[in-house]
Amino acid sequence: MTIRNLPLSALGALTLFATTAALAHDYKVGSLSIEHPWSRETAVGQKVGGGFMTITNKGSREDRLLSGTSPVAAEVQLHTMSMDGGIMRMRQVEGGIAVPAKGKLELKPGGYHIMFMGLKRPLKQGERLPVTLRFQRAGSVTVQVAVQPVGSAGLMEGGHAGL
Amino acid sequence: MPDFEQPTGRSGLSRLRWAIWIVVGVAALVGLAILYDRARPLSDPASGYANAFGGPFTLTAPDGSTVTEKTLAGKPYAIFFGFTRCPDVCPTSLARMTRLRKQLGADGMKFNIIFVSVDPGHDKPADLGNYVALFGTPIMGLTGTEAQLAQIKKGYGVYSAKVPQPGGDYTIDHTAAITLMTAKGAFSGTIDHQESDTVALEKLKRLIA
Repeated sequence: MTIRNLPLSALGALTLFATTAALAHDYKVGSLSIEHPWSRETAVGQKVGGGFMTITNKGSREDRLLSGTSPVAAEVQLHTMSMDGGIMRMRQVEGGIAVPAKGKLELKPGGYHIMFMGLKRPLKQGERLPVTLRFQRAGSVTVQVAVQPVGSAGLMEGGHAGL
Repeated sequence: MPDFEQPTGRSGLSRLRWAIWIVVGVAALVGLAILYDRARPLSDPASGYANAFGGPFTLTAPDGSTVTEKTLAGKPYAIFFGFTRCPDVCPTSLARMTRLRKQLGADGMKFNIIFVSVDPGHDKPADLGNYVALFGTPIMGLTGTEAQLAQIKKGYGVYSAKVPQPGGDYTIDHTAAITLMTAKGAFSGTIDHQESDTVALEKLKRLIA
């Protein structure tokens, strides 16, 4: 979503505040911190779902998110999506995604995200899913992905829309 | 040499004038033809559907029933093409239509919301029913055979293409705009994913007016 949609997205996020503020959660591994991993609820029969989070690297060396696993999915893939002349394109990313030194990698709607492939059951609003992420330098860490309503644009904390 | 060149120059110039007049004349005729074509009502049955936006289609609803352009006639609709594996644009667009409908209050039900899956390989009609039910407002989730989808995509100017992925599966590139159609099945406008809700609401108000 663009800046023009921000006020309304923020409004949408506000309505979610009550449920999501309690779900705001961080994880640390090495020089990385992973903020607010979240996903959207899925329908019965829906085999795929996206996951989003912000990964901050306090270290002075670049790291890479290489892969993920989760008991709820046959596979966790890294994907990107882009809009190109009104056409939505999604692609699997191979070779991992860089987490820049003294910077951050945002997995968010409209860009990079993790993709649960072959979901073994629907993801239900309010639950948390364990996902183990593997980084090139920092190693592995298991985070709990918060499942939000299907219309969610991001997670909100401290008055900021998590877009 | 000048005696020879001058007359040729003059007749060349007059030939050029004629050529320009011919070009202008042809352009005017083409312009008139386009205006005439545009002036015709798009869904006029007498003109046939051949050149109209939208046009006939046949798809399947989650309960297995057949939905055609005739099923939809009589109520405006907002139609969007995607697939349930779509990571972001599809849920965001459908959630947005749900939100806009709520903002219209009682008028919100004066148009139908239709989601067409262009991924019959993964999305069965019943799956689509479960998917659209997540949004908490009536949305028609439709799909069809590859041939049926090719027909409606052509009618609605929608691009979609399968893109093989490394694991042997595939994803789908597709047009992300929401198309608004009148109760008579004529094109009314589009809602782009980058447009503000204010603009989108105005378009919907015009659609149901």
